[in-house]
Amino acid sequence: MAVTALATAEGKRPSRLRRLEDERWLALALLTPTAVLLGLFIAYPFFEGVMLSLSSTRVGEPGHFVGLKNFHKIWNDSIFHTTMWNTFWYTGVTTVFKLALGLWLALLLNRHFRGKAIIRAFILLPFIIPTVLSTFAWKWMFDPTFSVINWTLFQLGLITARINWLGDPDLAMTSIIVINVWRGVPFFAITLLAGLQTISPELHEAAAIDGARPWSRFWHVTWPLLMPVTLVVVLFSVIQTFADFQLVYVMTGGGPANATHLFATYAYQLGIGTGLLAEGAAISLAMFPFLFIIVVVQLLYIRRVETR
Amino acid sequence: MAEVSIRKLNKMFDVTHVVKDVDLEIRDKEFVVLVGPSGCGKTTTLRMVAGLEAITSGQILIDDSVVNEVPPMDRDIAMVFQNYALYPHMSVAGNMAFGLKMRKFAKPEIETRIKRAAAILGIENLLERKPRQLSGGQRQRVALGRAIVRDPKVFLFDEPLSNLDAKLRVQMRVELKKLHERLGTTAIYVTHDQVEAMTLGDRVVVMKDGWVQQVGEPLELYNTPANRFVAGFIGSPAMNFIEATLGESNGAVVAEAPGLRLSLPGPLAARARAKAGRAITLGIRPEDVHVATDSDPVDLCFDVIVEVVEQLGSEILLDTRVGPATVVASVEPTMRIRSNERLRMSLKPERLHLFDAETEAAI
Repeated sequence: MAVTALATAEGKRPSRLRRLEDERWLALALLTPTAVLLGLFIAYPFFEGVMLSLSSTRVGEPGHFVGLKNFHKIWNDSIFHTTMWNTFWYTGVTTVFKLALGLWLALLLNRHFRGKAIIRAFILLPFIIPTVLSTFAWKWMFDPTFSVINWTLFQLGLITARINWLGDPDLAMTSIIVINVWRGVPFFAITLLAGLQTISPELHEAAAIDGARPWSRFWHVTWPLLMPVTLVVVLFSVIQTFADFQLVYVMTGGGPANATHLFATYAYQLGIGTGLLAEGAAISLAMFPFLFIIVVVQLLYIRRVETR
Repeated sequence: MAEVSIRKLNKMFDVTHVVKDVDLEIRDKEFVVLVGPSGCGKTTTLRMVAGLEAITSGQILIDDSVVNEVPPMDRDIAMVFQNYALYPHMSVAGNMAFGLKMRKFAKPEIETRIKRAAAILGIENLLERKPRQLSGGQRQRVALGRAIVRDPKVFLFDEPLSNLDAKLRVQMRVELKKLHERLGTTAIYVTHDQVEAMTLGDRVVVMKDGWVQQVGEPLELYNTPANRFVAGFIGSPAMNFIEATLGESNGAVVAEAPGLRLSLPGPLAARARAKAGRAITLGIRPEDVHVATDSDPVDLCFDVIVEVVEQLGSEILLDTRVGPATVVASVEPTMRIRSNERLRMSLKPERLHLFDAETEAAI
């Protein structure tokens, strides 16, 4: 106010602060920092990645524009095919299990019992521990020689010989799926629990009086009302799992014989490990259309669910 | 045909005793209102009848069979919740159909019932809407509709009008009364609003601190309250209370307080004589106090100073001071009275109430 008063009193042109009272200038001023950050750390790297994937760059060789040659090459690469299949399988199976177990846990935690708060906090542990640390612990449990799982199964008389968890392609994939589920369930459980708590207990009481047995109450009341939250959690989880790197990198490095490679680990192996930067970039970018479609479809669906 | 019997009903939440030895016989087709201040145990009692709350001790019978262990869905009751509790993801028709679907009614039957209930409640044009597209009053109707379609033995209402604005509340109150007259279903209704209790109830149960204070028809509670709490709770504006002592003079029983000396009329004097010399509370309703005229006997008159004049149009409420006590009087709207005016007031002797100062029970 003081500034405005001074400006008019002395008949000067409006000060810069005055200009911010115009919404167009204010919007510009508020949006600029975000736009700069997004441009610098997301748009620019993305653009560089696209350019890299269209070049013949390797470590120590600047390279030149080669068009879609790299994409053509990976399209005919059998390891890339395995990688693609692996990523879909890994994402699909883990999401189903994380959702089912997470929902089950959330329903249990939504009940009243002694020590509820402590147990809720403990549930989050797998999610809080840095993935690399917990994955190393799992690596020991699946170790061919020192596996505590093998030891237990052996002591129980269920097996007679060691199981080479990470040496067999199918078992290795199963192992990393188990670990991913273990790590991801808390996120599902806590988020779904938060969703459950927004559902008024009166609705369950009304349904109980209306004659709905517990399963019907879940199916007709809880589940539809939890749907928007569920979709958002699944969306987040799918994006994260699809682009997962650390877990596979630490556990198997993509082996045995490339059986557990995901997009991210294979891109890393080719791009950084072998130095074929351009091809690595092409593989990374191959994720993009899939993720894009998944995100668009889910967002459309979420919008539909939320507005109904 | 449905009777509800509540026998020696008790409810403990951990160590808190919220419902204490409640006994109540609700007759077929009767509309019974449980009324009392927050935390008096009325809602908990209702929820125990619904089966939503476990019973600590005592019995609840619906049509002579004990339902203590019967789950809510098998009690053949319908409940209207304070916050309506409509299923937000279902349409109005879906909300009303849900209970029937769960009970495996045939589709045509469900549709007939929904149409009939919608017609009764005037919500035919809302059937396809979602609850969030409805106003509070409309939601309330849908909640009622959901109860009606089931054609249950007993309706349970948990403060169903408390979320509506004042005007709508009065309107819905009238409709509820009409609805009950039309359907004739036994109903238990919980409210903290004594006006709702008085207007809706065939009988009213006044509760406080988990105890039933009095059960009776509305006028019975108004005319002969069992204790000071009921006297103060029922009636608006509330009854005036004056701390006084009983004495005898010339064979008459008189109640004395600073600035006040009233000789009690015959029947009341007879009951009060035994308590002569003791502290009591005098009770008189504002509508039973009037500005004294020459025909009023002197020993029923007292002098007051008017503190506040509240002109309500249909009546005037005078907040007056008698010694240390405040007495509210409802007088004719045509009277011209200003604050700080000194007035001589009188009262209807047969409308005087006496309460034991210690036990607060009516004398």
